[in-house]
Amino acid sequence: MTAVTDQTSTVQVSEVIHDDPSRVDVIPVIETKNLTVSYGDYQAVRDVDMVFGKNQITAMIGPSGCGKSTVLRCFNRMNDLVPGARVDGTVTYHGQDLYASDVDIIEVRRRVGMVFQKPNPFPKSIYDNIAYGPRVNSWKVSSMDDLVEEALTKAALWDEVKDKLKTSALALSGGQQQRLCIARCIAVQPDVILMDEPAASLDPISTAKIEDLMQDLVRNYTIIIVTHNMQQAARVSDRTGFFTSDVDEAGVRHGRLVEMGSTKTIFTTPSDKRTEDYVSGRFG
Amino acid sequence: MSVDTTAVSHDPIGESVPQRPLVGASGSGWRERGFKYLLWFSLAVGIVTLATLLVYVLVKGWPRLDPRVLTNMPSAILPDRAGAQSAIMGTLWLMVFTALFALPTGILTAVYLEEYADPSRWWNRMIEVNLMNLAAVPSVVFGILGLAFISRGLGLGPTILTGSLTLALLVLPVVVIASREAIRAVPSSIRQGSLALGATQWQTIWRQVLPAATPGMATGSILALSRAIGEAAPLIILGVSFVTFNPNGLTSRFTALPVQIYDWTTQSRTEYLVLAAATSVVLLVILLAMNSVAIYIRNRTQKRR
Amino acid sequence: MTQVVVDRHAAAAGTEGFLRQQRPRHAERVVKAVLFLAALVSVATTVGIVVSLFYPAAQFFSAVPLKQFLFGTTWSPTFNDPQFGVVPLVLGTLLATLIASIVALPLGLGSAIYLSEYAHPKARSVLKPTLEVLAGIPTVIYGFFALTFFTPVLRWIIPGDEIPTIYNTLSAGLIMGVMIIPTVASLSEDAMAAVPQGLRAGAFALGSSRRQVSTGVVVPAALSGIAAAFILGISRAIGETMIVVLAAGLQPNMSLNPLQFHETMTAFIASTAGGDIATGTTIYKTIFAVGALLFVFTFVMNMLSIRLVRKYREVYE
Repeated sequence: MTAVTDQTSTVQVSEVIHDDPSRVDVIPVIETKNLTVSYGDYQAVRDVDMVFGKNQITAMIGPSGCGKSTVLRCFNRMNDLVPGARVDGTVTYHGQDLYASDVDIIEVRRRVGMVFQKPNPFPKSIYDNIAYGPRVNSWKVSSMDDLVEEALTKAALWDEVKDKLKTSALALSGGQQQRLCIARCIAVQPDVILMDEPAASLDPISTAKIEDLMQDLVRNYTIIIVTHNMQQAARVSDRTGFFTSDVDEAGVRHGRLVEMGSTKTIFTTPSDKRTEDYVSGRFG
Repeated sequence: MSVDTTAVSHDPIGESVPQRPLVGASGSGWRERGFKYLLWFSLAVGIVTLATLLVYVLVKGWPRLDPRVLTNMPSAILPDRAGAQSAIMGTLWLMVFTALFALPTGILTAVYLEEYADPSRWWNRMIEVNLMNLAAVPSVVFGILGLAFISRGLGLGPTILTGSLTLALLVLPVVVIASREAIRAVPSSIRQGSLALGATQWQTIWRQVLPAATPGMATGSILALSRAIGEAAPLIILGVSFVTFNPNGLTSRFTALPVQIYDWTTQSRTEYLVLAAATSVVLLVILLAMNSVAIYIRNRTQKRR
Repeated sequence: MTQVVVDRHAAAAGTEGFLRQQRPRHAERVVKAVLFLAALVSVATTVGIVVSLFYPAAQFFSAVPLKQFLFGTTWSPTFNDPQFGVVPLVLGTLLATLIASIVALPLGLGSAIYLSEYAHPKARSVLKPTLEVLAGIPTVIYGFFALTFFTPVLRWIIPGDEIPTIYNTLSAGLIMGVMIIPTVASLSEDAMAAVPQGLRAGAFALGSSRRQVSTGVVVPAALSGIAAAFILGISRAIGETMIVVLAAGLQPNMSLNPLQFHETMTAFIASTAGGDIATGTTIYKTIFAVGALLFVFTFVMNMLSIRLVRKYREVYE
């Protein structure tokens, strides 16, 4: 375990830190320390220490059931909606404790946006889908039309829908719907975008478009993506965290983070054998 | 070569298992057919009775199914001149105000139970059980409730207000149950999407859940209202009876179609039976119209999916 | 040696004190309170029902001994020497209910078995709504039908010495039974639909006929739901008013003969309350005493039915 120096103090960042030919400057936007998420008595994922860097795409990979989505949902406090869910350890956003008692959850969710596995456009027009976020946040917008156009343009969807903004969003194809959901998320000007297997239900061409979009968006946003598609993680992400699950003495399965580092290192010279087995396709 | 399908198999112990022929004998012996006929009979009784009733009422009321029914007021002495206008207007007024009282309360209750209530809390479970019980309480009991508290208790007497409040309480459980189903049918992915954008719970409900659930709630409400306007017993207990004027306000006395039908059925002169039948047809037509609207809404929204 | 530099100063930029709740969420709390109040209306209704029944009933029982009420066999509250024995009313109710149950329970179950196990989807889509129409006809029209059509038919079928009186409980009971068929059928069908298809498949695979599967596998598996349906049907029969008022008559009768008139609890309540009774008199209070008794009957049955429905839902969910 190596110490990392920063400007103010010595901090241990993650479980295993790698040799890296290039310096990777990580400005942490979201950090977790000893993060454990339980549902009732069951600990779904334990002791996760991660750092997510500004304007980087960080991927969380691993076999299914290891708690990746559970961890992701901590970052916009969507786990609060699950009865019996409890979060122990710390999650910080720009250094502030996300789970402090006086935190405004609604504001958190605006700043930390989420795109879901299955596209979930509202049963409204394309225009109203995009405008929904600003409206519920009571924004005074000088031109909603401009805001909608900007969001759709950033999501690489504007040209395809500019003539049918008032038609139902449900009439779009799966790939278009997902880009609409991304545009909807961007419209509230988030800081971080969480993506929970965003291309899992899409065809390869739409998937490629989403991946291109991510590379575009990361210049302005911080992106955290959960994916069980290893090659996708290798293609798009700057840093990667690998999860797996252990069975304890009682026979109960818990998820945990194995290692985290730059994508190049994780995929070419990982430190842990389990990581190496996974990324080389031996299991998972 | 013919296949001998009546072979008897020998199991290891040495006993033979008789087998039915594979081909030829039917799986539907007389027992099967008899049972099926029994089931058809079960259905037939209901359907035949329904058909008989509808035909009978139509035929019996036919001589008086003319505009007089709509334009005239009831008359106790001159059956020839009598109409049911006061009853028709009374029923319509009752429908409007019952809707006004029952629908918002019922829908808000449903929203509370589906979106806010924590089912582990005893008071929420009690509310649920209470609703299920209320749904099965006889309508006379609601009549007594209205009588004791509103009609005599507050001294209002059998007014539109009394009647519609009583009927609203009667159909409240139906509205709640139907609205809950409609709300439950809205996919949770919509709720999650809304919350993830920074909307509050109420914003999500008001802007996403309720609009999506509206067709289901509308259908349920219409069915609840058709139940309400068919009820005679609660109104009779409240003291609603024969009037010859249309309602002119919430505090106005009134009569309603079911009460009028009851009134005329119990008259001694047979001409009134014809009137009763004719009025029954009017009531059935109104109910048919309401249910058609409900079915239309249901079909339209299902097609859109 | 690691070369990952974590820049925390740059990280802190961009938070602008968002810890403080920018928009006070008072509105949410108000909304929740309003919704809870709406839900309480239903609770208040039940409380109101209980109070409106049992408070005057208690007053009634201070004037008339409970034993005399529950076990007396003469019901003549309006006579000079009023008698308050409720047994004739209960008898009338039970007789009408019995006849209705003999019709509704088997035919309702039979209809449900047919719809659930035998009918083609197309037939089902026509038959099920038809049954629902049966349930939607206002009971006053059923009463009219029973009195003016069915009773003359009965009197024509059963002539002579045993001819039914114009008001007779048989007519009311039979028509009431038909009216309740949809209630029994609907709830029974729900219970049967909850039985997993795998059970049926297993039985069929063993060479059972559809009849054997329906009666030997599905009905036993759905038994608690079917029992709930039966109990609910009986409860509806007990609480039914207009059909018995119009067709069974308003005269109490201790005879067990269904071909005669009987007055039921509900008929008494309806006819007395609808008449000219002064508030506060003992006669007025009889309405509540009988109403309380009626409520107790139906409440017990409804609770039983709810328990049974929970039971069958638990098994399969």
